[in-house]
Amino acid sequence: MCRATDLRTAVLAKNDHGAQELRAELAARRTAMVNLLSSPGSGKTALLEAELTLARERGVPVAALTADLATENDATRLARSGAPVRQVLTAGLCHIETDMLRGHLDGWLPDATRLLFVENVGNLVCPASYDLGETLRVALASVTEGEDKPLKYPTAFGLAHLVVVTKDDLAAAAEFDRAAFLDHVRQVNPGVEVVFTSARRGAGVGQLLDRALAAADGEPVHTPVMAATAPADREPVR
Amino acid sequence: MSIALAVVGQVEEAARAQGHDAVASVTLRVGELAGVVPNALTFCFELACEGTALAGAALATEHVPGRAHCPPCDHAWPTGTPPSLTCPRCGLAAAGLVSGRELEIARVSWSGATVPEEG
Ligand SMILES: Nc1nc2c(ncn2[C@@H]2O[C@H](COP(=O)(O)OP(=O)(O)O)[C@@H](O)[C@H]2O)c(=O)[nH]1
Ligand SMILES: [Mg+2]
Ligand SMILES: [Zn+2]
Repeated sequence: MCRATDLRTAVLAKNDHGAQELRAELAARRTAMVNLLSSPGSGKTALLEAELTLARERGVPVAALTADLATENDATRLARSGAPVRQVLTAGLCHIETDMLRGHLDGWLPDATRLLFVENVGNLVCPASYDLGETLRVALASVTEGEDKPLKYPTAFGLAHLVVVTKDDLAAAAEFDRAAFLDHVRQVNPGVEVVFTSARRGAGVGQLLDRALAAADGEPVHTPVMAATAPADREPVR
Repeated sequence: MSIALAVVGQVEEAARAQGHDAVASVTLRVGELAGVVPNALTFCFELACEGTALAGAALATEHVPGRAHCPPCDHAWPTGTPPSLTCPRCGLAAAGLVSGRELEIARVSWSGATVPEEG
């Protein structure tokens, strides 16, 4: 005998709930999380190393978690900044979930940390679905990845509070079409700010740090259209 | 894959709570802009079900189109994918999505022996 039950539960409800809890806990400690999402090789680690170094020069307490499928190379690179750094080995999992993150934070995250950067697994699909309790979600793409990256990964770019272009020092060599890229960003995430950076030259590193600190200070972040729900209006009558 | 595992976990929990021991099918509502590829999900679902109360269960997906809304024009439009989130009438940014981000378990059909349900 078959019977059916209407469940109507969100598939990721557990993660979303955990993320809300973690967001509140971090807020109570006055720590803001910055979640960095990009394809592998976009330059997350290089930019993060520059951000951590600059933050320490400015006397801002920062820490970083870096996720990798299998190696600890990124953590070793980031630790050169002198900031507390921890590696999350995901053992093949293509993204981080709140539970995994929490296990790494408990007993490690220094008390006065202002900004906690999380370098997500290099992947623009799955990580986009998982809220980690971040205050600022940043989607990155390098100038060598083509102008249509935001259209190929609309969830990642559409849900970002801030978009970062990396390796801008290579823009001319890659014939990167800045206007086309900005158009594509605007299509999936109207109104989002785009910061151009080069970890190699130091460009934009201060600007990104300023944005992260402003968000940590409670300045409202951009609300992506894809993250906002419009009331279920009547179908257009015609 | 983790999405498939999350589905299996939630259904197993519901099965335990409601006294069912086998699942015939699971129906998901998947929004056009949920960031999930239904075919990939179906493949992962089969693997994720092995050795659970969901072994052999079928997965059905209901597609929910993306729609965005512009309050000044009171106009809603299909976003398509990649989505167009600026209003085709006035060029302003949409205020939000009416639909398209759903990723929900809509229904579960149980099979096999069941502990009688109350009420
Ligand atoms: N020219 C240039 N190369 C960069 C820049 N940032 C990163 N790279 C290079 O891009 C490659 C991948 O960078 P990495 O930070 O490991 O990327 P991740 O996988 O996103 O963490 C490395 O070879 C870096 O040296 C940059 O600003 N300019
Ligand atoms: Mg890296
Ligand atoms: Zn309009």
